[in-house]
Amino acid sequence: MSHNGYITEEEIAGEDGPLAGKTVAVKDNISTEGVRTTCGSAMLEEYVPPYDATVVDNLLDAGATIPGKTNMDEFGMGTTTETSAFGPVENPAAPGHVPGGSSGGSAAVVAAGDADLALGTDTGGSVRCPAAFCGVVGIKPTYGLVSRYGLIAYANSLEQIGPIAPTVEDAAELLEVIAGPDERDGTTHDARDHGTDYEFAAAADGDVEGLEIGVPTELLDGAEDTVVEQFWAAVEELEEQGASYHEVSLPSLEHAVEAYYVIAMSEASSNLARFDGVRYGKSGGYDGNWNESFARSREEGFGEEVKRRILLGTYALSAGYQDKYYKKAQDARAWVQQDFDEAFEDADVLASPTMPITPFEMGESLDDPLKMYLADANTTPVNLANLPAISVPVGDDSGLPVGLQIVGQSFGEKQIIRAGSALA
Amino acid sequence: MSDFDVGPDEVEHIAELARVELNEEERALFAEQFADILSYFETLDEVPETDREPELTNVMRPDERRECLDQEEALQNAPESEDGQFKGPRVS
Repeated sequence: MSHNGYITEEEIAGEDGPLAGKTVAVKDNISTEGVRTTCGSAMLEEYVPPYDATVVDNLLDAGATIPGKTNMDEFGMGTTTETSAFGPVENPAAPGHVPGGSSGGSAAVVAAGDADLALGTDTGGSVRCPAAFCGVVGIKPTYGLVSRYGLIAYANSLEQIGPIAPTVEDAAELLEVIAGPDERDGTTHDARDHGTDYEFAAAADGDVEGLEIGVPTELLDGAEDTVVEQFWAAVEELEEQGASYHEVSLPSLEHAVEAYYVIAMSEASSNLARFDGVRYGKSGGYDGNWNESFARSREEGFGEEVKRRILLGTYALSAGYQDKYYKKAQDARAWVQQDFDEAFEDADVLASPTMPITPFEMGESLDDPLKMYLADANTTPVNLANLPAISVPVGDDSGLPVGLQIVGQSFGEKQIIRAGSALA
Repeated sequence: MSDFDVGPDEVEHIAELARVELNEEERALFAEQFADILSYFETLDEVPETDREPELTNVMRPDERRECLDQEEALQNAPESEDGQFKGPRVS
């Protein structure tokens, strides 16, 4: 059965290495030389990158085979993978429901067994949400652990490329392949300069003896009862294996979603200004003045959600409103970072439900953008604070998967992999 | 309610700034949705002023010639080109 997980199925074969014999599907906003890369948008329907993203080079050097490019919310803007110009993706783990987004195609092909592993991108939860909804594992790395060179930008200060896999160990192995500094991305760091190393797969040993888990109460408040039940059952499982937990309050998290959306939309309005139909994309024609031509190109090439975010971002950055929205959002971002720092004084990791809800039915949230934005309450704080987080499947509610999110300290990937591997 | 008086005309003004043409239906839909979304964003008023520690530093490299895309590669995705250059709309 087809879940519409791929936009383009075209095989790219790698060399030999640790991922030899493995298929790794790649989200369609990550550039692949000679294979079209659409970002799920009609604007880039025929765009064929002349170069590979650094992570694609890494995959091919490691011997992986790329079976195709996966479907996604247009330019990563969505929580359901329904805003793609190439049609929605269905959740293989919960038929009739969305796979989550925006990396819904990547999670779906892994959940359906159509690919061994996949790469997604996470700007406000876009790896962790579909991992949770499809019952698989997803990791959002520390900002700067993985190169973004060749990733078509949506909101650069927030996004990271991350692995999606059936198990924590598989995800960790893939992360090992793509992590590392890159001279072509000036925001990358060497993990070895931050008191750690890249031995992620070896960290998946399930040893949680003595682990102290903080549970932010704000991330349970808005969650559905059945999700909260599954969450506590998983925490209990970690306790039985030697971990302990305490509840902690991070008041700033109440404002994370609005801060995230103001920042992401503002960055998007600037990043997507490059699509004018001249160097690539849909031409707006050659008549009239050039602003009219660009505006026509963008009217035809962009879908509704992308237009909505570009307009709201333009508004938030416009004269007279910048202090009210953008500057306050940056204050909130700094406040969220401070709250996390304080919480980590008494905890090794923080845990919450990945998503406060189980997967929407297909079509359910499309007419209500604010409802869709609010579903990102638990994932967006992590991007604002540049931290690593993993989502692991912890059960289901009448067939609808539930994920547990474990948040680590900056460059604390090994800690969250270790904790996650005790569960999946 | 937002102090932003959202109407189709205001949406049209923002759309012009953003260089996105909208049809009438989109203008009406966005006007309605923006009122909700912007009033939600207004809860940012409750956020205290917070000091920021910049985490990013400038990364420099020597300004030397190095390998890059050739002209053909750079033009391969352009809807139209002329004499080895991008062809854009008339500058009026």
